[in-house]
Amino acid sequence: MRKRKSAIALTLVAALAVAACGDDDNESGNTSGPAETSAPTDSSAAPETTGGGESGGTLVFGTSSDPVVLDGAYVSDGESLRVIDQIFETLVTTEPGGTEIVPALAESWTASDDGLEWTFNLRQGVTFHDDSAFNADAVCFNFDRWYNFTGVAQSAAVSYYWSTVFGGFSDGATPSLYGGCEAADENTAVITLTAPSAAFLSGLAVSAFVIASPDALTTYEADKVGGTDDAPTFDGTFGFEHPIGTGPFKFESWAPGDKLTIVRYDGYWGDKAILDKVIFKPIADGPARRTALETGEIQGYDLVDPADAAALAAAGFEVLHRPAFNVGYVGFNQAKPPLDNIKIRQAIAYALNREALVSAKYPEGAQVATQFQPPELFGWSADVPQYDYDPDMARQLIAESGVTDLTLEFYYPSDVSRPYMPDPTANFEAFKADLEAVGFTIVPKTAPWRSGYLDDVDAGNAQIYLLGWTGDFGDPDNFVGTFFRTPQVAWGFENQEIFDALTTARDTADTAERTALYEEANKLIMEFLPGVPYVHTQPALAFAANVTGYVPSPVSLESFATVSLG
Amino acid sequence: MFKFILRRLLLLIPILLGLSFLLFVWVRALPGGPATALLGERATPERIAEVNRLYGFDQPVLEQYLRYLSRIIRFDFGQSITLRRDVTEEMLRRFPATIELSAAAMVFAVGVGVPLGFVAAKRERTWVDNGAVIASLVGVSVPVFFLAQILKMVFAERLGWLPSIGRLEPVRELQAHTNFNLIDSLIEFDRGAFVDTVKHLLLPGLALGTIPLAIIARITRASVMEVLNEDYVRTARAKGMSRRVVNRRHVLRNALLPIVTVVGLQTGLLLSGAVLTERVFAWGGIGGLIGGAVLDKDYPVIQGGVMFIAVVFVLVNLVVDVLYAVIDPRIRVH
Repeated sequence: MRKRKSAIALTLVAALAVAACGDDDNESGNTSGPAETSAPTDSSAAPETTGGGESGGTLVFGTSSDPVVLDGAYVSDGESLRVIDQIFETLVTTEPGGTEIVPALAESWTASDDGLEWTFNLRQGVTFHDDSAFNADAVCFNFDRWYNFTGVAQSAAVSYYWSTVFGGFSDGATPSLYGGCEAADENTAVITLTAPSAAFLSGLAVSAFVIASPDALTTYEADKVGGTDDAPTFDGTFGFEHPIGTGPFKFESWAPGDKLTIVRYDGYWGDKAILDKVIFKPIADGPARRTALETGEIQGYDLVDPADAAALAAAGFEVLHRPAFNVGYVGFNQAKPPLDNIKIRQAIAYALNREALVSAKYPEGAQVATQFQPPELFGWSADVPQYDYDPDMARQLIAESGVTDLTLEFYYPSDVSRPYMPDPTANFEAFKADLEAVGFTIVPKTAPWRSGYLDDVDAGNAQIYLLGWTGDFGDPDNFVGTFFRTPQVAWGFENQEIFDALTTARDTADTAERTALYEEANKLIMEFLPGVPYVHTQPALAFAANVTGYVPSPVSLESFATVSLG
Repeated sequence: MFKFILRRLLLLIPILLGLSFLLFVWVRALPGGPATALLGERATPERIAEVNRLYGFDQPVLEQYLRYLSRIIRFDFGQSITLRRDVTEEMLRRFPATIELSAAAMVFAVGVGVPLGFVAAKRERTWVDNGAVIASLVGVSVPVFFLAQILKMVFAERLGWLPSIGRLEPVRELQAHTNFNLIDSLIEFDRGAFVDTVKHLLLPGLALGTIPLAIIARITRASVMEVLNEDYVRTARAKGMSRRVVNRRHVLRNALLPIVTVVGLQTGLLLSGAVLTERVFAWGGIGGLIGGAVLDKDYPVIQGGVMFIAVVFVLVNLVVDVLYAVIDPRIRVH
């Protein structure tokens, strides 16, 4: 018996010894923690002070997943674009923290009077990370590459932004906005459009339109698609092992599931990055990202749970908010009576206590929406019809409508947290109570976001539903145009007046004129009331207290080049 | 013996065929699809239809399956729709991480569970026994994700002794030879990386190993108790053999069969427990990969991943059957 005891004791001692051993190392590890261990071993990477803050060091940033691929043309997900934004650059970009278009690889640009020919004067002395030269030929090479995508590369799951901004491809199956690109000289690229488009320039700032090294695209077969017709495979290595652009950081290594490392590019044309290295660490679990920041294993992360933001700030972490660039709304499907009745739609709008929901269930920075686009964006109008909480008015409108069957199927997703809707169930519960208070009977309908919910809404099965949108780029067409410029099954209405107003606004070249047109369109939409927009939120990022220089952007176009460890 | 192993390996073929068909039909019967998962708010009926056409999901399921079958017999499990990487390569690259974690969990579960069960049985109805029974009940009942959170809160956040995510500190570089960090750090003579790996293994290993530990302890206790009452144990004692010899030669050896069975089964089950544990600890093994694929409806990864796990499960059980014969000569494998 004594022996048994000693066997157990031995096991425990062994376990403790391992823990203790780890403990020792942890202490020594802490003294040379992440920020410090990164003292550059390569003397060529020795700190060169550029800009403010301490130079050098490594930042570990927690992401929600690995990027899909580091090829802007092939992705639309935030985690891919986050890294792509550091390695590559576009012709034009948005100002840090805003949506105004400013120069990037193009120093200046002009449009012809008919709005069809855009001349971009390119920055000189720019080199790709493989030392090849950036010039007009490189620009046209990239545009022609995108335009000539075939097969699976044309899928919206792959080249979503091209189809959003330019429409179709060279095969002509769908009309394309893109007419061609010509290198007028070494530093002048002329892009021709098939129709005037004011959204074109804002669209170009999207990270999908980054200019990659033509040599690398060719050598590493960026567009090689293999497999079979029914199971296509992307076989090139460009976006996995050799993503070569002109940005302030260059790619170093990527072990999916483990980490992706980028290092400062010393040949960068502008202000060089302050950090030596940024490591992107995929941590799918939200609470795990928070813990990792608190333990110091990472120095920053995105997609902070709104419920955590205040606690993190109170604990001394730097919590940054992106300017609101989204909208959460209750959608109506007018193909399903009684939602075709304007008085019922108005009654619902008056019945919903949006102020109460936003102040009770949303974090700092959230504001009640009055229309389908955020106030930060031009075209937002202060004069849209308002539907302030008024249950009596709602009851009166119901009575006037003559509708007797007041049963509504209310769809909400069960398992998801979106920037504009951190807790869909809470929203549903609040709105359900509001609607029942004025006489509606609510039949709850729910499904997991990706396993039925989106399909139901998209297929027009949902009568009223919770949904929202986060903007891709700074143009109202990306908000109201996406929703209401063309007929959509989920909304179930045909209103030519609105369709025309939004099409005209999109195609007008003059910004002042466009602004007025969108303001008018927003009024028209809120009179017609296809749904009830209720919130704009400010998604949060969190950093360790010593991290400075990160500028949150409404369109998430954020650079690590200005970040330093104090 | 050789014939037995061969026959069991051949059995894998019908098992995998059946499984592949069930999986194929099942993942397609789930609501939603890869297009919706990929596009989110940006999904429209037209875009979904387009993706389905490009990937052949609009074809009759049987036709799709036959084409899939013609590919998998060439060990081509296709490419992940969301990650755009080869499924087989990705499985093989990440598998060492899962094995390392499962092995750590099993070392913990067996190393503590067997002695615990043994002592509980020998001290039947004492406080040691009652304590062990209660502890194992609790162990079986605590959900892995909850235990993981508690462990992280105590050992990573409060005490700061152990890391909460990953297999190595992100800033540490380790040359990958085998993708087993313990082995790679030995190959590189990197003591720091070795210790760091062990530290990173402790919390997830504990979280993943607790349920198997509790089950192993209970089975050990029951099995040892039964053997203790056997006549031959009493006879051995009566002959004047020392307790140590009796325990080792008669009790443990005879009690071992059910223990080995349950260890084998639990090893297989660990792979499914890894789906949750790997997510919470950002482990980067196949568990996290398959977990993400289920959410994303990434058909090729779900199909390839589950088949992969099935093969491992069958192989582990084969090893267990072979071990039977080693432990108990009365059992012959035919």
